[in-house]
Amino acid sequence: MGLAKNIQKLPPWYFLFPAIFVGISVTLPLVYLVFRAVDGDWQQSYELIFRQRNLTLLYNTLALTGGVLVTTTFLAFPYAWLTSRTDIPGNKLITLLGVMPLAIPGYVLAYSLLGLGGTNGTLAQLFGIIIDRPSGYWGSLLAISLYTFPYLFLNLRTGFIGLDTSTEEAARSLGLSSFKILLKVTLPQLKPSFYAGMLIIGLYVIGDFGAVSLMRFETFSYALFLQYESAFDRVYAAWIALMLLTLTGTILIGEYKLLKGLSFYRTGTGTARKTKVLKLGHWKWAAFIFVFLVTLIAIIIPVITILFWMAQGVDPIVWNTLGHSVRSSVMASAPAAVLAIFFALPLAYISIRYPSRLSSILQRFAYLGYATPPLALALAFIFFSLSAVPFLYQSLGLLVFAYALHFLAESMGPIRSALYQAPPRIEEAARSLGYSRFKAFWLTTFPLLKSGIIAGAAFVFLSAMKELPITFILSPIGFETLAVNVWSFSAEAMFAEAAPFALCILFFSILFVYLLFAREWKRA
Amino acid sequence: MVSRRSLFLPALFIFLFVFIELASAQITVYSGRNRALVEPLVNQFEAETGINVRIRYGGTTQLAVAIMEEGRRSPADIFWSQDAGALGALHSGDILKVLPEHIAATLPPQFTNPANTWVATSGRARVLAYDKNNVDSSTLPESVFDLTRPEWRGKVGWAPANASFQSFVTAMRATEGDERTREWLRQMKANGAVAYNNNNSILQAIEAGEIQLGLTNHYYIDRAKSGNPNYGIEAHQFGAGDVGNLINVAGLGILKSSKQQDEAIAFVAFMLREYAQQFFMNEVFEYPVTTGIGDSDRMLESILGITPDINLDALNDLDETLRMLRQTDLL
Repeated sequence: MGLAKNIQKLPPWYFLFPAIFVGISVTLPLVYLVFRAVDGDWQQSYELIFRQRNLTLLYNTLALTGGVLVTTTFLAFPYAWLTSRTDIPGNKLITLLGVMPLAIPGYVLAYSLLGLGGTNGTLAQLFGIIIDRPSGYWGSLLAISLYTFPYLFLNLRTGFIGLDTSTEEAARSLGLSSFKILLKVTLPQLKPSFYAGMLIIGLYVIGDFGAVSLMRFETFSYALFLQYESAFDRVYAAWIALMLLTLTGTILIGEYKLLKGLSFYRTGTGTARKTKVLKLGHWKWAAFIFVFLVTLIAIIIPVITILFWMAQGVDPIVWNTLGHSVRSSVMASAPAAVLAIFFALPLAYISIRYPSRLSSILQRFAYLGYATPPLALALAFIFFSLSAVPFLYQSLGLLVFAYALHFLAESMGPIRSALYQAPPRIEEAARSLGYSRFKAFWLTTFPLLKSGIIAGAAFVFLSAMKELPITFILSPIGFETLAVNVWSFSAEAMFAEAAPFALCILFFSILFVYLLFAREWKRA
Repeated sequence: MVSRRSLFLPALFIFLFVFIELASAQITVYSGRNRALVEPLVNQFEAETGINVRIRYGGTTQLAVAIMEEGRRSPADIFWSQDAGALGALHSGDILKVLPEHIAATLPPQFTNPANTWVATSGRARVLAYDKNNVDSSTLPESVFDLTRPEWRGKVGWAPANASFQSFVTAMRATEGDERTREWLRQMKANGAVAYNNNNSILQAIEAGEIQLGLTNHYYIDRAKSGNPNYGIEAHQFGAGDVGNLINVAGLGILKSSKQQDEAIAFVAFMLREYAQQFFMNEVFEYPVTTGIGDSDRMLESILGITPDINLDALNDLDETLRMLRQTDLL
């Protein structure tokens, strides 16, 4: 009997095989890193790992991560709640505004925040106000929170939309106050969304060096960035990458313990209630002010900064390459978003519907792919593709594959949150009506996952549009994305030339996100 | 017996392959230099020689590491680096081919590399940037070692992660010895030197009044001045021979694995001739590396007299510099 149960528990092959394939692919860079790391001189590796300074860096990293998690929660939760549960006018616009900060490359936002202060800053020139330039812990906290809160916002929004509100009504009928309902009924149900968003943000903060390097706050990733910027020695870079991955591994284990045994779908009969929309009344003005302030700092100021750069006169060389760059960026990022969904869906599905040691390990591997420093990932791809499939090296296909593998973790969260809420019973019912396993999934569960899939695809697209190290190394020769140009011109202090490329990233990212959400709104 | 037909197809393929290879003389360049600094020259080179150039733009370090990882299968024929360190690393990895003697024949000794595996294409001088409205230029120090004095406490910016800065530290180790260099780094840190992530951030911080002096490359300042006559930052040079006046170079190397050696050599030679050297001087605000071209003698004279006497191979030893920067907790 135990045997029969086990067979039943095995996921269907079309979910299992892709999941294992992804698991193996993500492991390759790790194998590469270990291979490189043990290649080195042990004495110097030892010195590098057990530096006193690593402790300071670790402390800074954790302090920043904690701060960002708290700040993004205060930013993202109101956005998610406003856009999914209230009658706030301009709901769609606010949703887009809540996603847009993701479209602004982190270092551009950091540059624009830095440009505000100082005796020569924008504020001094426009209003005669001299403030200190943001820097260090608080500068980093501000910049990173502003461009990562959309991860949490979209995860929470997916959670809110899929939430079965009948539990809230049950609580209300038992006499609980609105606040208590929020605290005791709603928030616990949003746990998977919170964890998923926070996990991505946490990993992002741990790996991000754009803002911290400009704000001069020394975190672990900053040290790694310095290594990769200056050390041609792949051995020590590999050691630091492995240290970073160990940190990630610890966090993933923690997350696994937290999420164990959660389920939030309806178990009883009946259908989920339609969400009751809360009337904001005069409170809507407070909501508008909140949204406006965030938009001002996260979007309007950076955009004005970019326009200001552009006003200084652009070298005509830019206009010849702009079209090509747009094509390159979209041609690589859009397929990567689709492919990442194809990878993430089976992983999320088997880990929730067929929980086992294998499925949860596979799922966590997806996050390890995200935590692998992109330059290490790219180097591993050189190594493996040149020895196994040399004709694919520096092809568009391989670039898309590398993007998808690296960013698929971003799409896991929303899909997983949606899956937690999709009741397995309907799928079972469909099967008992004679549908095949796949058809039953396709007809019953898949439609419930759409808002999660949309959010997931948006994340991957936006990240791929901004990606640098993988693009540098793995893109086909002569293929220059918008991000590569923004980086390259701003590194030469040619900000006017960088500006049009940055604006294009912004424009096409918003367009893509709009197209995705337009489908959701049309259905609604 | 082997039939004629069975030989025909492979022969045709080989013929076609060779034909295509010959017809489209094409080289691939990995460029750590920005498109705006490279493309106009490449267009001119293509027009003059009919050789087709494919370029991969990226960060100097990333591309150098990629070339090492690619090994003998690298698609690149040529590596164009922003700094000597990356070329030195490829040289140490035995990846670069020895160049023909005549290539570097016209270069002053400061720009040659005795092993002759790579060649400088243009130079950037290390300078001390200052805001002329804030700092009296007569008070500026004569030596980079004077920056550790109390009057500059907390007022100097530097960029320890920047490749040009690291080359400068390597040069200091070569001229002053490891002990004195380490001591200087320690004292600078103790004197509150502020670390920025690159040259440009240093200049912005000076503009913002956050610091007063900065150790940077000269050409950012010249370029900013050409676009904005009111630009307040000036470049100060230390006394003659001070290591603070080091010239950093961008340079080219040809990969051993390249199958287009002749075309690659033509490309390298082109970058040392008049057209390219004029471009570096007039458009990029860098120093030329060859003598006898327009303004180049005058420009070189003004700088070569005051730079430290050091050959570029001495800048290869980046590993020890990085170790030192780590020991002093600057990296």
